Amino acid sequence: MARDYMKPRRRIFKRRQKTINRSMAGNVTLFILMGICAVFMVLPLVMIVNNAFKPLDELFRYPPTIFVRNPSWDNFYDLIILMSNSWVPFARYIFNTIIITGGGTLGHVVLASMAAYPLAKHDFPGKKLLFGMVVLSLMFSWQVTQIPNYLVISKIGINNTYLAVMLPAFAYGLGLYLMKQFMEQIPDSIIESARLDGASEYKIFWTIIMPNVKPAWLTLAVLQFQSMWGNTGSAFLRDEELKPLQYALNQIINSGPARQGAAAVVTFIIAAVPITFFIICQSSIIETMTTSGMKE
Amino acid sequence: MKRKKDATNNKNEWSLGHRIKRNRASYVMLAPYFILFFMFTVLPVLTSVFFSFTDFNILEMPKFIGWENYIRLFLDDVIFKKAIANTLIFAVITGPISYVMCLLFAWIINEFKGKTRAFLTLIFYAPSISGNAYLVWNLILKGDRYGYLNGLLMKLDLINTPVVWMKTEKYVLPVLIVVQLWLSLGTGFLTFIAGLQTIDKSLYEAGAVDGIKNRWQELWYITLPSMKPQLMFGAVMQITQSFAVADISINLAGNPSVNDAGATVVTHLLDYGSIRYEMGYACAIATLLFIMMIGTNKLIQKLIRKVGN
Repeated sequence: MARDYMKPRRRIFKRRQKTINRSMAGNVTLFILMGICAVFMVLPLVMIVNNAFKPLDELFRYPPTIFVRNPSWDNFYDLIILMSNSWVPFARYIFNTIIITGGGTLGHVVLASMAAYPLAKHDFPGKKLLFGMVVLSLMFSWQVTQIPNYLVISKIGINNTYLAVMLPAFAYGLGLYLMKQFMEQIPDSIIESARLDGASEYKIFWTIIMPNVKPAWLTLAVLQFQSMWGNTGSAFLRDEELKPLQYALNQIINSGPARQGAAAVVTFIIAAVPITFFIICQSSIIETMTTSGMKE
Repeated sequence: MKRKKDATNNKNEWSLGHRIKRNRASYVMLAPYFILFFMFTVLPVLTSVFFSFTDFNILEMPKFIGWENYIRLFLDDVIFKKAIANTLIFAVITGPISYVMCLLFAWIINEFKGKTRAFLTLIFYAPSISGNAYLVWNLILKGDRYGYLNGLLMKLDLINTPVVWMKTEKYVLPVLIVVQLWLSLGTGFLTFIAGLQTIDKSLYEAGAVDGIKNRWQELWYITLPSMKPQLMFGAVMQITQSFAVADISINLAGNPSVNDAGATVVTHLLDYGSIRYEMGYACAIATLLFIMMIGTNKLIQKLIRKVGN
C-alpha cells in the first residue's frame, strides 16, 4: 500500500481504463442521473451568486427569477456603506477573524501533526488507547460536550478571550486522525537512516516528516479553516470588539428585508471563501483522503 | 502489547536507555495535543455523564438526584419523545441515503478524469462547506408567492395559493431532510472519491477474465471489498452527521418549530442548555445522544466488516 515517494503526485489522477465492463446504456443512464442531481446540488449555489448581483427590484420581483437580468454592484455598495456605519469598525471584525481562524488553524496543524508522528511511527505504551480515544471522538458531534466545555473554559479563566474559541479547536480529532493515517505510509527506512545519522526525533519530525506530509497539512489547514470560518464565537465572546467577521455578517443577514441586497452579498462571501480554499487545495485534499480509511 | 514491544526492540537492537529516551520524546510530542484533547473532549464527556445525575443550574452547586433526569425525559417530556422520533427518522433516512449518495456519485465521478472529475467533485462537495449558505433555502421555501418553490409551482398551475412550507407541520420534516441531504456530501464523499482512485486497476482486468460481466458485479465483487477501510470511515462521518441535525432545523423551521415538527435531540439539548439553564437535564440529553451516536457507529462498523466476506 505504501506509496512511492519519488513519483510525482500526478500519479493519482492516472487515467482509468474505461473499456472493461462498461455498456453504453449504463453510461448514459448513470450520467443522466448524476446530471439531474448535480443540478439540484448546484442550483442553490447559483442562486446565491445571482442574488448578490441582482438590483433590489429584481430581488423582490414576482415571479422570482433565478438568473440576474441587469447585474449591478449596488448590493456591494450597500454592504460597504453598512460596514462603514458599523458601531465597531469592520476592520476590527476582520482582524478578529484573522487571529481566531489563523491562530486556530496554525495551532491545530502544528499540535495535531506533532502528536500524529509518534502515533504513526513510534511504539510506546498507551499508543492504542490514545488513538482509540481519538477515533471514538469522531463518532459523536461537538454538541455532546458543549455544556461541560463551557464550564471548562470558564474555570480556566479564558472565557471572553480569543483563546476560548482557539484552544478547543487545536485538539479536534479529525485532523489528528487524517494526519496519523497519512504519516503511516512514509517509509520507515528514511526515518531509520536519519536516526543513524544522529538526528533527534524532533529534528526528524520537522525536517523529514513535515516536508513529506505537505498534502496532509494543507488538508488539515483547509478543513480546520472551514470549521473556524463558520464559528460566530457567540457562546464565548461577549465583547463586541472580540467577535469575528462571521458574527457581524450573520447580523446583516438577520437584519430584515431592508438589507436584503447586502445580505445577498454576505451569503455569497460566506460561501465563496471556503469554496475557494478548497478549489486551490483540492488535489492535496484528495491525496490525503486516500489514506483516511479505517483499518482493524 | 509488551511482548510485541520487546520483539521490536530486539530486532532494532535498541538499548534500554535509548528506548526510554525515545519514548520520552514520543510523550513530549504527544503532550500539547492530548492535554487539550483531555480538557475539551474526554473530561467534558465524563462530566456530562456526571452532571446528568444532578440538578444543576450553573449558579448553585449541583445536587445529586439519581436517575430523576432520565425518568423525567422518558416519562414526562412530550417534546423529547417528538425530538427523539424526529432524530431517528432523520438518522434512518438521511444516514443511509447520504451514504449511498456519497458512494454512488463518487463511483460515477470516478469514470471521468482530470479537470472534469475535479469539477464534478467540487459541485457535489461545495454545499457541505459553504457555511450557512443553506439559508438560501429560506428564499426557496418562502411562504408567500415570492418564494422560488411557490413561484414555480404556481406557474405550473400545480397550486393556486402559496404554501407556507415551514409553518405547515406535515412539510417540515420532509423539507428538512431534503436540505440535510443537500448538505451531506462532505468528508465521507471525498474519502470515497479518493478511495476509488487507489484501487489496483489490474484487479478489474483480472476480474473481467474471471467472468465479471458488468459494472454492478465489478462494484460488488471488486470495488467495495477493496475500499472497506474507506467505507468504514465514510460511515462514521455520515452517521455522526445524521444524528446531529440542529442548525438547519433552527434556521429554517425555527426553534420552537410549529408543533415541534422540526425538534431534534440536539435542538432540545440547546433549548435546555442555553435557554433554560437546566444543565443537569441538558447533560442527560447529551449523554443519551452520545450513547446513540457511539452505539450506531459501532453497530454499522460491524456490518461493514462483513461486506464481501
